[in-house]
Amino acid sequence: MSFISRGFSGRSRERDDRLPPGQTLVHDFPVLSAGPTPDIDTADWEFTIRTESGVHRWNWDEFTSLKIDDVDTDIHCVTHWSKLGTKWRGVSLDTLFEDIETEQDYVMAHSYGGYTTNVPLDELLDGKAWVAFEYDGEPLDPEHGGPARLLVPHLYFWKSAKWVRGLEMMDQDEPGFWEQNGYHIHGDPWKEERYW
Amino acid sequence: MQHVDGNSLAGPLAEFLAFDVTMATARCNGCGDTAELARAMVYTSGAGTVVRCRSCGQVLATLVESGDRAWIGFSGVSAIEVRRPGS
Ligand SMILES: [Zn+2]
Repeated sequence: MSFISRGFSGRSRERDDRLPPGQTLVHDFPVLSAGPTPDIDTADWEFTIRTESGVHRWNWDEFTSLKIDDVDTDIHCVTHWSKLGTKWRGVSLDTLFEDIETEQDYVMAHSYGGYTTNVPLDELLDGKAWVAFEYDGEPLDPEHGGPARLLVPHLYFWKSAKWVRGLEMMDQDEPGFWEQNGYHIHGDPWKEERYW
Repeated sequence: MQHVDGNSLAGPLAEFLAFDVTMATARCNGCGDTAELARAMVYTSGAGTVVRCRSCGQVLATLVESGDRAWIGFSGVSAIEVRRPGS
């Protein structure tokens, strides 16, 4: 018995350790938007990666035929909520960049509706980021970024661009939408990189 | 021509920065529409407030607030016309 109770307390301490500083646990999924929710038919959807050598393109059928990962991860919003153990399905950025050669180290993510956010390329690779199109076993709801959103769970959630439509490679790190308007250029929740 | 430093803004700019926002008229540098800010479309979320052009939907202005700091951006506005008090 004592072994079991020690196991339980160990596990609950571990759960607390998953909350970055200044964050509060939530069980719902708050919606944050900087504009109207775009209505995107998957028949019209496409995803592009633009590098110095050209544009790589996938339509919905091509994209969802790629290797799909199941992702179980914690997410942290800069507005002080965190949600633990969220379940997603999507295509890893490692898969998308498999056949892409680029010397450019920085990425600007572009969304339907005009939103942008910047992330260094090395923070998108090695199992750190996905383009997700399912959440909790269902197609991703438009208000949460469907048909597909970027998922970069180790950074604050504004970096996980909703309605993502493409990645543009850049020579230098440049600020995206919120990063130009007060939010941190990098956004690591464990360092509380919230604002300038 | 010589320039002076920003301390010289204290008089003229401070006067105008106290303007009545809803009465002010802004020009969208996306589509050129000129309209009172009161007629813009405003989206509010926990992350910040986003003001969009009523004609083309482009972002005109943003407001981010955090405790004792706030960031006000007019990235999509080329100029704002304000009413001078008492005229
Ligand atoms: Zn406009």
